Amino acid sequence: MSVASSVAPAPRVGVRPHPWVWFGVRRLGRLLISLWVLVTASFLMIHLIPGDAVRAALGPTAPPDLVASKRLEMGLDDPILVQYWHYLQDLVTGDLGTSMVSNLPVTDIVAQRLPATLALALLAFAAAVLVSVPVGVTMGVLTRRGHGRRTELAFTSTSVVLGIIPDFLVGVGVVYVFGVKLGWLPVAGNETPDAYILPVLALAIGPAAILARIIRVEMVAVLEADFVRTARAKRLPARTIYLRHALPNALTASLTIGGLILGTLVAGTVLVESVFAWPGLGSTIVSSILNKDYQVVQAIVLVYGAGVLLVNTTVDVALALLDPRSLIREG
Amino acid sequence: MGRWRNVLRTPLGLTATVFTVGVLALAVVAPILWTDEANAVDTSNILASPSAEHWAGTDNLGRDIFYRVLVATRLTVRLALSATALAVVVGLLIGTASFLLGRRAGRVVNAGVNIAVAFPGLLLALFFAVIFGVGATGAVLAIGLAGAPAFARLTQTLVASVAARDYVAAAQVAGVGRVRILLRHVLPNISEPLVVNATIGAGGALLSFAGLSFLGLGVQQPAYDWGRLLYDGIQAIYVNPAAALAPGAAVLVAGLAFNLFGESVAKGLGVQTIGVQSLPETATDRGEAPDVAHQTSATDSAPTDTVLDVRDLVVSFPGPDGPIRPVRGVSFSVRRGEAVGVVGESGSGKSLTALAVTRLVGDPGRVDAERLELLGADLLAEDTKAQRHLLGTSLAMVFQDPMTSFNPTQRIGGQLAEVARHHQGMNRKEALARAVDRLDAVRIDQPEQRAHQYPHEFSGGMRQRAMVGMGLMGEPALIVADEPTTALDVTVQQQVLDLLKAIREEDGVALVLISHDVTVVAEVCNRVLVMYAGRIVEDLPAADLATGARHPYTRALVAAVPDMDTDLDRPLAVIPGRPVDPADVPVGCAYAARCPLASARCREEDPPLESDSLGRRVACWHAGEPIALEIEDRELEDVKAR
Repeated sequence: MSVASSVAPAPRVGVRPHPWVWFGVRRLGRLLISLWVLVTASFLMIHLIPGDAVRAALGPTAPPDLVASKRLEMGLDDPILVQYWHYLQDLVTGDLGTSMVSNLPVTDIVAQRLPATLALALLAFAAAVLVSVPVGVTMGVLTRRGHGRRTELAFTSTSVVLGIIPDFLVGVGVVYVFGVKLGWLPVAGNETPDAYILPVLALAIGPAAILARIIRVEMVAVLEADFVRTARAKRLPARTIYLRHALPNALTASLTIGGLILGTLVAGTVLVESVFAWPGLGSTIVSSILNKDYQVVQAIVLVYGAGVLLVNTTVDVALALLDPRSLIREG
Repeated sequence: MGRWRNVLRTPLGLTATVFTVGVLALAVVAPILWTDEANAVDTSNILASPSAEHWAGTDNLGRDIFYRVLVATRLTVRLALSATALAVVVGLLIGTASFLLGRRAGRVVNAGVNIAVAFPGLLLALFFAVIFGVGATGAVLAIGLAGAPAFARLTQTLVASVAARDYVAAAQVAGVGRVRILLRHVLPNISEPLVVNATIGAGGALLSFAGLSFLGLGVQQPAYDWGRLLYDGIQAIYVNPAAALAPGAAVLVAGLAFNLFGESVAKGLGVQTIGVQSLPETATDRGEAPDVAHQTSATDSAPTDTVLDVRDLVVSFPGPDGPIRPVRGVSFSVRRGEAVGVVGESGSGKSLTALAVTRLVGDPGRVDAERLELLGADLLAEDTKAQRHLLGTSLAMVFQDPMTSFNPTQRIGGQLAEVARHHQGMNRKEALARAVDRLDAVRIDQPEQRAHQYPHEFSGGMRQRAMVGMGLMGEPALIVADEPTTALDVTVQQQVLDLLKAIREEDGVALVLISHDVTVVAEVCNRVLVMYAGRIVEDLPAADLATGARHPYTRALVAAVPDMDTDLDRPLAVIPGRPVDPADVPVGCAYAARCPLASARCREEDPPLESDSLGRRVACWHAGEPIALEIEDRELEDVKAR
């Protein structure tokens, strides 16, 4: 900040490319490097498994010539760099290989399972944000400057506890209460709209609690900032001060940490899908690991990883939209 | 050890500690005491509901679930601790690698860690679980390695902060090897936060382990941990819910206990604190009248051209032993076009006075006054729309730090235009045009272009001029500037002062300039108010500052300013002693303890602020008396006084 304030004033306009261009280039670069690491890791996964992955998948009773022909078909006897090259080529054309267990193309399996997971994750993501922002802002306003200390204590302890409980335990809890005890809501599958309620609840409640807590702390801090005093000196209505001046600044600080939390939400679908027998990628990856169907596991790890990277990038872009300074900072 | 006691002092810390110790104790004794009960098969009583005999019912082999949960504590805790240990060790190795490998290789390691940290732990754990295979050992390796990047990041941050310290730099200059520096200087200094975070990490590992076992990827039959019991229990949740709820509750309690224990320790040791410090709320005597006993006010009826009229202004904050009054009965008025300076050391109450007269003292501060009027309108009355309009258009504030006083997320033009849109009913376009016009008025080049920029694209001096321009959006009768040049480079300070002077002369706007800098005030103002310990101690024309000041404090302030004639060989003059703590104002004259003229009367009786025939005011029993340079003189007088 002090550096920025001592920078020479006027004639910087138009000399460098637009800050968004720089931001785009840097952010894209980071995304590509992360993607490359992810792809390489998923490629290496099969090769890092001790012993023969094909033998493991087909079982100890499979005839040796079947294993050998399968290895040949998958190109596992080629030099590793050749395999890597083929893997990348196939990936670009959207070919994720063939399942060793079901002999179906992995791309089809992923395409069939992805929508259910995507719907679950997006709904939970939206629910977490839609609940945490108003709650965090309200709590921040109510507990600013040491006001409402009881409210603060109650809110903080509740959100700490809710934030620690893992999603699958919340899942078990809500299955018991709403499914077994009360019988109000379905606890398995995704056939009806109300089947979404419990999985989304299980998935969103932890991230929402953590986000709300972060937003409250940031809001309390931002309300003490000089520019909020300036806004008060302008005698703007309280609503304008809170929503137009304080909130965007509180959100930028919250998003930096919040991005990671929302990333965990994506991975959280694995466990929550298992609780609710959700026909998505999460339950598929678990059964594939148990069946040693490594081609499928490899592809789903890739999809999940890409999902997380997508969330992180989205958060960074949102940050840049909210706070133009982050364009200049490390993007 | 005293710091550790802090952990037990909070109810949450105490509870978490008790539960953590309880879980650890159970892990030790449960398998010794109850293994037989846990493994006793009773095929005549399978999947039973909870009863007096089986508190949590039985499983599909008729084994008692309650005892199985108790016995499983050991395996669960052992696996969680093993995974945490692995995560810490691997994290330490990676985290210190960037220190040991030097700059270039270290950056590559850092970049790798940054990428790994972005992926959720569960995803990494699944990845490693595939490689290491299904089962307890595989799960320990998977969860341990999945937790490593976070510890690597933590280690990097901690090592970097320690490595920047002087003694590490000194050791490096002295040619001590990197490994030796790491072991002798760096690691001992980062062990505490690492241990604390490892405790929190153990809670996380326990929960992750339960997750993997719950997916069927962790502990396999016939061994069982809580996650495995949960996995078995949820299959039969409609028959015996307790079979799922009992291990679920165990996971929850243990996970929460470890986690909150770690957080409490972190807070107690000050390793990392979240939350906002706030003044304790104590009973305030709201009904009490302002302290007016010894403040004789100026004229009784304010003249008609008075812009600001302040009488007996008191600002108080609730304190542990009753209210604290940083401003204790301040009276002054400002006429149209007049420039009044307010000087004093930090803590003299000058900035609070400025905030109080502009109604910007926030909670829990409280402003009382006999009279507080802006252009004849009572500012102490209820907060009405009319009052907000008056303050928003007739009063301009300029704050100390223009960098932080603008909203960093909005364009400058928009922040100026906001005033016109709210108070003058202009539409977006008109308001922006007015903003551009005002930026031009405060001598900002290319105002149209500048209006579309963000505060960080402005230089410091430009930002402060834009802040003045924001005050000029309405038609201000008074500008209150609180240390407007303190945060600026010396070279641009003069620009801002010149701007304030010009606005005052051209538009007849009154100015209240708060500053600790006597020279700034002397240059810009007609009249100077000197504040000490929350009161005005002298009120005099700015022209009299150098030679006509009568209060010893004013004279000390003036004497402390170095000028061209200052003998550079002599130490810079300072005012001896310390400013008064507003929570502990002494009896008598607050300045007595530091005053070379102080007599016995000064320590007993607070001098009133008396006006002379020229309208100058001073509060001192010894106003205008010569100050003896010799310390002995004062001591002599002290002896006489006794």
